[in-house]
Amino acid sequence: MGEFRMPSLGADMEAGTLVEWLKAPGDRVARGDIIAVVETQKGAIEIEVFEDGTLDRTLVEVGAKVPVGTPLAVIRATGEAAAEVAKAPAPIPAPKPEAPKPKPAPRAEPSRAPEAGARLRITPAAFRAAEKLGLDPERLRAIRGTGPDGAITLGDIEAAAEAAPEAPGPMTEMRAAIAAAMARSKREIPHYYLAQSVDLTRASDFLTAANAGRAPENRLLLGVMFLSSVVRAAQDYPEFNGHFIDGAFRPAPKIHAAMAVALRGGGLVAPAILDSGDCDLDTLMTRMRDTLGRVRAGRFRARELSEATITVTSLGERGVETLFGVIQPPQVAIVGFGSPAERPVVQDGKLAAALTTTVTLAADHRVSDGHRGALFLRAIDRHLQEVTAS
Amino acid sequence: MTKDDIEKLVRGELARIAPDIDPDAIDRDGDLREECDIDSLDFLNLVTALGKALSMPMPEADYPAMRSLNGLVAYLSRGSAASAG
Repeated sequence: MGEFRMPSLGADMEAGTLVEWLKAPGDRVARGDIIAVVETQKGAIEIEVFEDGTLDRTLVEVGAKVPVGTPLAVIRATGEAAAEVAKAPAPIPAPKPEAPKPKPAPRAEPSRAPEAGARLRITPAAFRAAEKLGLDPERLRAIRGTGPDGAITLGDIEAAAEAAPEAPGPMTEMRAAIAAAMARSKREIPHYYLAQSVDLTRASDFLTAANAGRAPENRLLLGVMFLSSVVRAAQDYPEFNGHFIDGAFRPAPKIHAAMAVALRGGGLVAPAILDSGDCDLDTLMTRMRDTLGRVRAGRFRARELSEATITVTSLGERGVETLFGVIQPPQVAIVGFGSPAERPVVQDGKLAAALTTTVTLAADHRVSDGHRGALFLRAIDRHLQEVTAS
Repeated sequence: MTKDDIEKLVRGELARIAPDIDPDAIDRDGDLREECDIDSLDFLNLVTALGKALSMPMPEADYPAMRSLNGLVAYLSRGSAASAG
């Protein structure tokens, strides 16, 4: 008997809303089946089951928002008897629409507001909380402290934050998710950055030859060659593929390379192509089209977000020369591809024009150093020069 | 297929790929990728869909002729006229 839980789809996710059950109690399920859809900050995510068996019962009703780790359903392994119904806890119900709670009345007891210009009395915990919330001194002065000598306490800050109007400007859920992940990345990960100019003549010639006889649906794009070169380089240099968790780097046994994708209308997601290390170029292209098609339709799978081990970000043809990525925690590296263009290069001692791009690496200095990073970048370059249809 | 039918087909596929773009508001002679903010995969999906609808091979070598909305409609009109006989 296994519990099927609300998965964590990224370091910044705390809760998700169950929007659909795709299997009913009594249905047989196999590892990899999609059994539920969950709404998160990143959009609707399809959730897979990790074991074979039978869906015994669901524990969460459609519409309920539950924290990460909450059991959603019970999966009965093949051969196991059904659980006694009496033992089953009541399902977590969907929230009933309720009238907005009235705001608590302002505190009646007189408490001294600090005079303008006077030193602000505030407890250290309250000060830290205020800093975290971004409350400026003006706002702090407006708070009436309830502590000794009118000092502002943590409780006062929390009450003030609750009463505060929404932050100005539209901050969509996805923007908030990106903000949380990127702020955490820049706060926790000591990035180092390397860049290398790479000649794409061979890769481009290879594509032209390979695509000449192909119907459009079977054509390859330069983007998939970028992805493939990173996957192969990550096989050579495993310290760029994995997760930094609880103070230690855990190299990932498989490569699940994520692609950063800008969404129309704003926002960014980076779904992974699972087991990309096992894919040849054509398979990788098919998987990339499938994944991006689903992402643009606003629907992807949980593991595609939670299990990414390294990220590739590319500006495409209409961007600029160079981009340096921000690592997605808990990953430890992100490889960036600038827009390919004809640029001057030196070939056989002579100046020539060649299709080039700038490949960059942003990597976690807790895990690797510039020397290895440089070798990793050069391996990407090498794989782009050695392209074959494989 | 008349040129109007092809125009309708192209608009339909563009609307699927770039639903936020008003095809009447773009520069019909400008680079379609710039005008509609579409990337190379979007463009490949567009070419795939149009090629299927019109039974045209849409070779990469002809991409320059498909660069703008006007160019693309003209290219498809020529191709569909040729295949129709």
